[in-house]
Amino acid sequence: MRSWSVRNARWLKRVYAGFEAVLVWFSPLLRRIGYERLDRPFAAIEKLTKGVLLDSQNCGQCIVGFTGLSCPMNCPKKLRNGPCGGVRPDGNCEVTPDMPCVWVLAWEGNKRFRENGYPIQTVQPAVDNRLIGKSAWLREVRLREGVKESVAHEV
Amino acid sequence: MKFDDEPLVPGHPLPIRPGHYSPGRLERVLRAGAFAVTAEISPPDSADPNEVYERASLFDGYVDAINATDGSGANCHMSSVGMCALLTRRGYAMVMQVSARDRNRIAIQGDVLGAAAMGVYNILCLTGDGVDVGDHPEAKPVFDVDCMSMLGMVRGMRDDGQFLSGRRLTSPPNVFLGAAANPFAPPLDYRPLRLEKKVAAGAQFVQTQYCFDIDLFRKYMTAVRDAGTHEKVFILAGVGPLASARSAEWIRGNVPGIHIPDAVIRRLKGADDEKEEGVSICVDMINELREIEGVHGVHIMAFRQEHRVGEIVERSGVLGDREPWRPKHDWEELAPSEDEVARS
Repeated sequence: MRSWSVRNARWLKRVYAGFEAVLVWFSPLLRRIGYERLDRPFAAIEKLTKGVLLDSQNCGQCIVGFTGLSCPMNCPKKLRNGPCGGVRPDGNCEVTPDMPCVWVLAWEGNKRFRENGYPIQTVQPAVDNRLIGKSAWLREVRLREGVKESVAHEV
Repeated sequence: MKFDDEPLVPGHPLPIRPGHYSPGRLERVLRAGAFAVTAEISPPDSADPNEVYERASLFDGYVDAINATDGSGANCHMSSVGMCALLTRRGYAMVMQVSARDRNRIAIQGDVLGAAAMGVYNILCLTGDGVDVGDHPEAKPVFDVDCMSMLGMVRGMRDDGQFLSGRRLTSPPNVFLGAAANPFAPPLDYRPLRLEKKVAAGAQFVQTQYCFDIDLFRKYMTAVRDAGTHEKVFILAGVGPLASARSAEWIRGNVPGIHIPDAVIRRLKGADDEKEEGVSICVDMINELREIEGVHGVHIMAFRQEHRVGEIVERSGVLGDREPWRPKHDWEELAPSEDEVARS
């Protein structure tokens, strides 16, 4: 299924962007109900849909838009920024030899995006471990809204 | 190579020249346009400092910096911080390798500060091999950051003077930032872009995986030059002697990320003395690499053949009439080492 999603990255991404726009449009309502309260049901829906479509590992800070819809958290080294140097000659993972490297898939997906420049080239920050298991959609909506995250870094 | 502003005590920082980032020799040599030579030291399974000094002394006068590996191949050895602590005391220019496999962001940032305080001026950010290939496959793999976010993190410490959390440093670590590159692993058409991304994340020099396939490497370098990346980063090509055809075949089948073409194995098999042929292949490779535009040096990884590094460098002639800094010979008359001061 993951390979299918990567092969169909282009239109899937468009659907995804549309869905996101709808969520953002509904954001006043979402805010009224309360993001905290919505997080669990949203995370559950995400786990189901993204789990099936993308083998999502629910890191709560989704970057599949940059990776050709290949969930990077399937990488045994949890790489968020591209393939390591250990990829096998057949394109499979160094650690799990019977699994295709998620970053080889991500590069294939990226080539299908046909945008100006490759999204895979964006340097991704290290994972915020506090967000794992939370809803990435709601986080995105809140970021779009410019609302300061309730889990923002305490300095 | 002795700079006119060398400190009197080995290991003390050189003045940081305008446009430079570190007080170390490696950056000086590279920015001066010299063809740099670095080598990998194998850390001992021992708590005896003399084993470290002996291993390092094999490279005296042949290399511009020494890489201290960090649990390479996911096998346990003396730590890179420990190796660097010992060798910077003697004045060696060290490249401290930091693997994301074993430590999280708190530990890594602490080590970077500690290392810079001890006189480590080059940090090489690595993801690291998976624990499965090493001698402790039951260990917990950390991978809290990856090589790319690690580069950004250390660059932030140096250039912005703050931890990843935003907390201020009173004195930033002046380190020259390095990364690894493997031009020989799939997806091959992405590898030049990956180098570009590492440069964007903060890499100032890269050391590549073992190069045995010169045609593939030339193709890679063409793409790197087309993008202009070779002008933004110093590229040190990885080389090393193969011990025999059999060991080459074993490496090819068992060590992740090392690509050895059939032609190299055939050449080893056809030789009377496979070990000598392995050294000759390495020397030939260096000479081919130095002709490639955008290659700024070589990184010699002579696993279990460290004693042959000097010979390889000499036979290749890459240093020309340049003699890299070496401990003692330059300095013993000028200043006693810290150990000697302590003893007297």
